[in-house]
Formats: sequence, C-alpha cells, structure tokens
Amino acid sequence: MSDLFTTHLPALIIAIPLFAAFLTPLISRINGKGRNFVVIVALLMTFILTIKLAWHVYTDGTFLYAFGSSDASGFALHTPAGYVVPIRILFEIDAMSALMGIITSSLALLGAIYSWNFVEKYETQDKYYTLLLLMTVGMFGMVFTGDLFNMFVFLEVLSISGAALVAFRTEKGASIEAGLKYMIISSLGAMFMLFAVCLLYGQYDLLNLAALAKRMDYTLLDEIALVALIGAFAMKSGAAPMHMWVPDAYGEAPASISLMLVASTQASLYALFRVVFTLYGAHIDPTTIGWLFIIFGLLSIMVGVSMALMQDNLKRLIGYTAVAEIGYMMLAVGVAIASMGSGYSLMALKAGIFHILNDALDIGLLFLVAGVLFYRTGARNLAQLGGLARNMKYTTFFFMIGLAAVAGLPPTNGFASKLLIYESIYLFNPVLAIIAILASIFMLAIFVKVFHSAFLGPELPSLAKVKEAPPSMLIPMAILALVMIIIGLFPNLVYSTIVCEAAKALLDQGGYIAAMIGGA
Amino acid sequence: MLANLPFLVVAVMIGLGLYTMLFNRNLIKIVIGLTIIENAVNLFLIALAYKNGAVAPIYTSAPSTSMVMPTPHALTLTAIVIAMATTAMMLSLIMQIYKHYHTLDAFKIRRLRE
Repeated sequence: MSDLFTTHLPALIIAIPLFAAFLTPLISRINGKGRNFVVIVALLMTFILTIKLAWHVYTDGTFLYAFGSSDASGFALHTPAGYVVPIRILFEIDAMSALMGIITSSLALLGAIYSWNFVEKYETQDKYYTLLLLMTVGMFGMVFTGDLFNMFVFLEVLSISGAALVAFRTEKGASIEAGLKYMIISSLGAMFMLFAVCLLYGQYDLLNLAALAKRMDYTLLDEIALVALIGAFAMKSGAAPMHMWVPDAYGEAPASISLMLVASTQASLYALFRVVFTLYGAHIDPTTIGWLFIIFGLLSIMVGVSMALMQDNLKRLIGYTAVAEIGYMMLAVGVAIASMGSGYSLMALKAGIFHILNDALDIGLLFLVAGVLFYRTGARNLAQLGGLARNMKYTTFFFMIGLAAVAGLPPTNGFASKLLIYESIYLFNPVLAIIAILASIFMLAIFVKVFHSAFLGPELPSLAKVKEAPPSMLIPMAILALVMIIIGLFPNLVYSTIVCEAAKALLDQGGYIAAMIGGA
Repeated sequence: MLANLPFLVVAVMIGLGLYTMLFNRNLIKIVIGLTIIENAVNLFLIALAYKNGAVAPIYTSAPSTSMVMPTPHALTLTAIVIAMATTAMMLSLIMQIYKHYHTLDAFKIRRLRE
C-alpha cells in the first residue's frame, strides 16, 4: 500500500492543490474560515508529500513518473515494436527539481497562512485562493515535468493565475495595469517557448527532454530554439534587460502574491538552467553562453541596485532588489558555465543554486514585512512611515533579519551563499567579484535607509495607534526568519546535502537521460 | 520552394505580430499583435504535421496504412485553448483599465497614473 502511495507521489503533489483549487469556491459558499482552513490543509499536505518525495530522491536517486501507464514508476511503453519515441507525459524529479519543489511548496504554504488576515476584507477571496492554488500547481508542474510541451502548459497556468492575482486589487488602475503588463510579457515569452518547442519537434519528433537531449545534433535550428528558450525564461525570471514588469508586478500585487511571484521567477530560472544544462548540455559553447549569463547577471545587479536607490515605494524598492538578487544567481551560474571544467566551476554552480534557496527566503520575508506595514498603516510610501519600531517589535526584528540576509551579513543565510558566490567569482575574474560585493554594500545602504525611515525616527502622529501584526502574519515571518538564521549558522545542514546534490544533478546530463530512457 | 510556403507565412506572421506589439500604443492592438503570433505558432505546428499522402489516424476502414502522427494536432488544440484563455484574460483587464482611465492609449495611461 505504502509502495503504491510512494509511486504516485508526483501525481498527488499536483493533484491535491488542483483539486483544492476548484473545491474552494464551493466551500466558500458555506463558510469563509472553512475555506481558508481547507486551503492551508491542502498546501500542508502538499508540503509533507514534497518533503517525502525529496527524501526518496535524495536517498534512492531520480524519481520517474509516467502518467497513464500501468507501471507508473518505470518507463513501460505499450507501443508498436521498434517504436522508441516516448509519447507519454513523464515527470522526472531529480535532486534539482526536488529542491525547487521544496521551495515552491514552503512559500505557497506560508503565503496561504499569511493571506488569512491579509485579504480578509476583500469580497473576492474565494477566487484569490483558487488562483493561489493554481499558481502553486503551475510551479510544481514546471519544476517536475520532463516534457517540453508540458512545461509550456504549466508555464501558462502559472502566468494566467499570476497575472490575475497581480491585478487582484481591481479598485486601483495601477494594479490592473501591472497585471496586464505581466500577462503580455508572460504570453509573449510562452509563445517564444512554444516556437522553440515546434522547432525541436519538427526536427526530432520528440517532446521529451531526455530523449531530445540524447538525439540533439545542435543544428542551426537548435541554436535558434536555444535563443528563443533563453529569451523566454530570462523574460519570465525578470533578468535585467527584460525586468520592466518586475517592479510593477511586485509593487502592485498583495504581499503574499509577491512572495509567490518570487517563487515563480525561481521556477523560470530553474527552467532556464534545465534547458541549458540538461537539454543542450555539452553542445553549448561555454564561453558564449557563460558570458551571456554573466552579462545578464551584471546588468540585473546594476539596474536593480541603482533603481532601488531611487524608489520611495517600499514594495517597488524590494522588487528592484529582487531583480538584483536574480542577477547574483545568473552571475554565479554564468561563471560556472564559462569556467566549465575548471576546479571552481562546480563551486560557482553550487553557490548559485544555494542562492536560489536563500533569495526565495530573504526577499520573501522582506515582502511579507512590507505587507504588514501596508496592512496596518495603509501606507505604501516611505515618506508616510516612521517610528514603527515602538509598536511593532517583532516586525522590526524580522525586517532586520531580512535586511542582513539581503545585504549578505552574518549570521544569516544570505552571508553563506553570497560568500560562496564572491569566492568562486573571484577565482574566475576579480573585477566581477568586486562589482558583486559593491552591489551588496549598496543593498545594505538601501535597506538601512528604509529601516531608518520606516522603523526609527520620531513617531508620526497618524501612526501612534498602529498595532503589531496579527498572528497569522507573524507566524510565516517567524518561520522564514528562523529558517534563515538556522541556514546562516549551520549552512552545511542544507549546503552539503541538498544543494550539492542538486548542483551535481544539474550537471549530470547523462544521468538524467539514463534515468528516463536508459543507457545514455 | 512551394512546400516551404507555410513556413515563410509563419515567419512573416511572427514578424507582423512583433511589429504590431512594438509600434502600437493602443492596448487592444497590442493584444491583436500577440494573437497574430499565437496563430503563427499554431500554423507552424500544423504545417509541421503535414505528411504527403497520409490519412488521419482513424483505424476503422482506413484507405491506406500511412497515417499522420496526431501529436502536433493535439498540441495545437491545447495551444489554441490556452491562447483563448490568455486573450480573454488580457481583454478583460483592458476593459477594467478603460473603466479607470477612459482611454486605451498606453502613453496617456502612464501620464494619468502619476
């Protein structure tokens, strides 16, 4: 019995939030609190199942799931003899996908708990929760799938629900505008991706990632497809030249959705790495693609930091720093590709992947704090805030932790991964490391300014009666802060186990192919 | 040459769609541009699926055994449904924008927001 349960874990992780998504409108007819409870329970179950799945992946190796097959765990094809094209939809969960799954499910769970009080005054809550769950489904699908077209479908599920949630506050013109912008950018990106899928399908009659990787000839058309795929996913992850939707979407979405959007940019980043490492793997020219990523990364860091300095809207400011943080990951992975084969290449890749996890926690925590400030004061501008530390002890403390983590100060997780990034980049090119460290110092300056103007200083008369955040909002922030400090103090808890395995899995193209179709 | 005509049409349509999206300030026209790209990609899939002399893969009393692989058609149907959903979503957002600003000109909207 338990064996059957284990076999169908990937399908359950997708099915539970999907089922709950369409159950919520029905339950909210009966009871609003009951619906919130069902959403949280569904996401909690998903979280536990993801942990269980990740446990299996880390102990027994890559996990395969074939939809609609009598033998779901194996690759049993009932096709005519001699026909070797895999036509089933296959999920392949390796260590990297498992890491992304853990990030997705934990952020979704925390976002749902946070939403309990945060969106209570809106009448359209039932739709909010449906869309939140669909967004979770989209992210899970993107990180688990082993099929390119399937990835496109989940990308669109993610984009549509995400855009609707960005435009959630329909009483404001600016949020609808941000939602439309996000929708247009994501649809255009998705169309580029579909075009690339067509190019690959036209040549190889395949949609399966592993089978495509095995047959890849790297013709001119494949190169065009690679460009389209990199463009699409870089656009969705908000890397610098295509970052214009990020501050709008982050700034206008409810804080819990900003948290989910952080996870969605990470999922796109995962798709980008999966395409470059697994689909193209050894075929790409390390110098060209590596430097392309490094340039994306440097641009993101510079644009993000310099634009964040000028913002006075708190959530837009954090949005720009999120762009800069994406830049750090691109930079580290770019260095890893460009220095492929050298001793520090793997270290740079590990640092980049470690930073994916840490960035999701840091930026997520800062968005949640910004959400608390908006919830309690209704203010979005830094000029309208001041002296909040008197009334909001815990929130202030959590903001300080988030600040330290984003700026890369010990004892937080940001320090652990940023130090690794600096170290590995320095071995590749000292100038890049200097730019990265300078940008971190700028980030510290930005957030110290925010900290001073929002939490310190004289108490504003209008904010004298501000109360501390309700428990449903404090708990997610406390969990995030605790995890961040634990990772900061004992980085090896996750680094030497989960992160290193993920980096190895991403590099191991042959292993990915062998797990799917055998005999690489 | 003539056999490649559908692919040329696809390239032209993608170019037209991108042009429409980049050089129009009217939000509905931007969405039209996106729809043109969506249709071009669907046409690309269908053109790829064409096989000379083959029949649809329906086994009952099929006139010949050379059949078309139905995967691209299934993909196209999925893509069409998704495109419809995104278009509906964008147009409804544009309706809301018009309610707020009483204009569809992207430049004027930006000025009104300040």
